[in-house]
Amino acid sequence: MTGRIAELLRALGARIVNNWIWRLGFACRFLWFTLKESGASFRRFHLTIREIYFTGVLSLIIILVSGLFVGMVLGLQGYDTLVRYGSSEALGVLVSLSLVRELGPVVAGLLFASRAGSAITAEIGLMKATEQLSAMEMMAVDPIARVVAPRFWAGVISMPLLAALFSAMGVFGGYLVGVRLIGVDEGSFWSQMQAAVDFREDVLNGVIKSLVFGVAVTWIAVYEGYDAPPTAEGVSGATTRTVVTSSLAILALDFVLTALMFRGH
Amino acid sequence: MATSNLVEVQDVTFSYDERQVLKDINLVVPRGKVVAIMGLSGCGKTTLLRLIGGALFPNRGEVRVAGHVVNKLRDAELFALRRRMGMLFQFGALFTDMSSFENVAFQMREHTNLPESIIRDLALMKLQAVGLRGAADLMPSELSGGMARRVALARSIALDPMLMMYDEPFTGLDPISLGVIGQLIRRLNDSLGATSIVVTHDVAEALELVDYVYYMSAGKVEFQGTPDQVRAAELSSLRQFVYGEPDGPVPFHYPAPDYRQDLLAQ
Amino acid sequence: MMTRKELDLWVGIFAVIGIGALLFLSLKVANLASFSAADSYQVFAKFDNIGGLKVRAPVKSAGVVVGRVGEIRFDNESFEAVVALNIDGRYQFPKDSSAKILTSGLLGEQYIGLTAGGDSVSLKGGDTLKLTQSAVVLENLIGQFLYNKAAEGTEKK
Repeated sequence: MTGRIAELLRALGARIVNNWIWRLGFACRFLWFTLKESGASFRRFHLTIREIYFTGVLSLIIILVSGLFVGMVLGLQGYDTLVRYGSSEALGVLVSLSLVRELGPVVAGLLFASRAGSAITAEIGLMKATEQLSAMEMMAVDPIARVVAPRFWAGVISMPLLAALFSAMGVFGGYLVGVRLIGVDEGSFWSQMQAAVDFREDVLNGVIKSLVFGVAVTWIAVYEGYDAPPTAEGVSGATTRTVVTSSLAILALDFVLTALMFRGH
Repeated sequence: MATSNLVEVQDVTFSYDERQVLKDINLVVPRGKVVAIMGLSGCGKTTLLRLIGGALFPNRGEVRVAGHVVNKLRDAELFALRRRMGMLFQFGALFTDMSSFENVAFQMREHTNLPESIIRDLALMKLQAVGLRGAADLMPSELSGGMARRVALARSIALDPMLMMYDEPFTGLDPISLGVIGQLIRRLNDSLGATSIVVTHDVAEALELVDYVYYMSAGKVEFQGTPDQVRAAELSSLRQFVYGEPDGPVPFHYPAPDYRQDLLAQ
Repeated sequence: MMTRKELDLWVGIFAVIGIGALLFLSLKVANLASFSAADSYQVFAKFDNIGGLKVRAPVKSAGVVVGRVGEIRFDNESFEAVVALNIDGRYQFPKDSSAKILTSGLLGEQYIGLTAGGDSVSLKGGDTLKLTQSAVVLENLIGQFLYNKAAEGTEKK
C-alpha cells in the first residue's frame, strides 16, 4: 500500500519538476535573453511599430466594444443597487472606480491575452514549425532579437493604452445608461466622480496594473510560441496554454497588486 | 591557412539525448565542388548539415569550415561565418509575412548598410538568376512549391556565400521544377565560385548533378566516390538504394511474428 | 500587406487615442488638474474626534475647495488627533479661523470646513488653528436622542 502511495508521490514530484519548474526556469532565461536583445527593437523602431499594429490596433474593436458594454452593465446594475440607499448620484463613482481600479486592467488584459496573446503564440510557433526561425539563425540573424523582442515590447506598450481605452469607454457607457437613459443628474454624476477618483491612487495604480499584466501576458505568449513543438498539435496546444496561463496569471497578479496598492483604504 | 577542402568533418560523433545519430564520421568537401550526401531517412544527413552550420555541436570530433573549428567559435565569429554560408531548407522556409522580394533582400537589409536602391537592384538580380524576377511582389502563400523553393534559393545566395547547403532540395517537386533546381544548383555553384553540399535521397538527380557522393547509413559513411563509382558499386546496401530494390539489406517486411501464427490466433 | 506608411499611421492613431483616454481618465474622471500641492502652505488643527475624515479629503471654505487634508496623526500627549491642512497659496485666512469636520450629504464623505475669523493677522505655514469642532459621531447622536426622549417622558409624567 505504501509502495503505491510512494510511487504516486514520486510521479507527481517528477511531473512538477519536469514540467513546471524546468519550464519556469527556461521561461525566465528566455525573458532575460529577450530583454538583453531588445536593443534592435528600439533602434529599429519600425519593427516594434509593426507589431504594435498587430497586437494593439487590431485589438481596438474588441476592447472598445467590450468596454462600452461593461460600462453600460455597470451603469444598470449599479443604479439598481444604489437607488435603494438613495445614493443614485454616486453612480459615477461606482462605475469609474470599478473600471479604473479593476475591470479596466483585468478585463482588457484577459481580452488581450485571448486575442493578441494567442496570435503571437501561433505566429511564433508556426514560424518555428516551418523552419523560418532556423533559416533566420542560419542567416546570422538572431530570431530572439528580430522576431521575439519586438513582439514583447509591442505587447507591453499596447496593454496600458488598451486598458485606458477600455476604462474610458466604460465610463462613457455608464454615462450613457445612467444619465441619458435612466436620468441620473449629469452634474452630480461627474462631480462626485471627480471627487472620488484620485489620480495617484486609482488611475496611476490602474496603469501600473495594466503594465504588469502586459509584461506577464506577452512574456507567456512569446515563450509558449518559441517553445512549442514544431507540429500542428504542438502549436495548437501552445496557443491554448497561452490563453489559460495568461488568464490565471492576470487574476493572481491582480489579487497581489490590489492587496499591495489598496490596503490603505 | 588555405586548404583545398572547404569543409572537413573529422571523427565526429553526435547523439540526440541517448540516441546516437552519427558515429565517427569523416568526410571532406573540396573547394568548388558539388558534393552529395545521400542515405535513407534517419541516417543522420540533416544532422550533419546542422553540425556544419553550427546549429548543433558534436559530442566528439571537429567540424572545420574554411579552417575555423565551428564548435569552438564565439557567437560573433559564428555569425560572421554564417554570413558566408547559405542554406536552402527543405520546403523553402520563406518568411511568410514578407513578399518574395523582401525575403531576398532580407539579408542585405540586416547585414549591410547599402542604400535601398542598390539593395533593390541586387535582389532583383538574384531573383533573375533563378528566373523569378517577375514574381518579386508575390507573397509566399501565392507561390507554388517549386517557385517558393527557387525564391528561397535566391534568398540564400543574397550575400554571395562561399558555401551553399541544400537540405532535400528535390523533395516533392514536379519533373520540370526538379530539372530547374538541379541546373540552378550547378550553375550557381560554378558562377559564384562556391562549394555546395546537397543532402538528398533523390538518386537520379543527384548522380547527374554532383562531383562526389557520400553514402551514409545508420550514422556512418558506408561508401564514397564519384557518381560513376556509385553506379558500379558492389556494396549491397548501396545497390539497393541506388536501384530502388524493394528487398535487400533493408528488408521489405517490418519485423513481425510468424505469419501463420498471427492469422490463426484469435 | 500594409506599407510602412499605413502601419505608422494606424499605430500613431492608436497611440493618440490611447493617450487621449489616459488624459480623459486623469482629468475628467479623476481630479488631477484641480489641485497642485506646489504652492500651498500647511497649517495644523487638533480634534477630539475626526470621525471618518481621510487623507486627501477636501478643505472647503464657503463651499469652495481651498485645500486638501495632508497627514493625520495622533498626539500621544494630549490624546488628540492632529490633522495637517495643505491650503492653496492663493488664499489667506485670519489667525482665529475655525475648522469643523462636516459631512457632505447625510452619509457622504467627510471634509473640513474652514470658517474665517476676524483677526487681522493671517495664518502662515506651521501655525495651529485654535478653534475646532470635532466630527459628529452617529452613535453619540443616537444616544443623545434616546436620552432626551427618555428625559421628556419622565418630565411629562
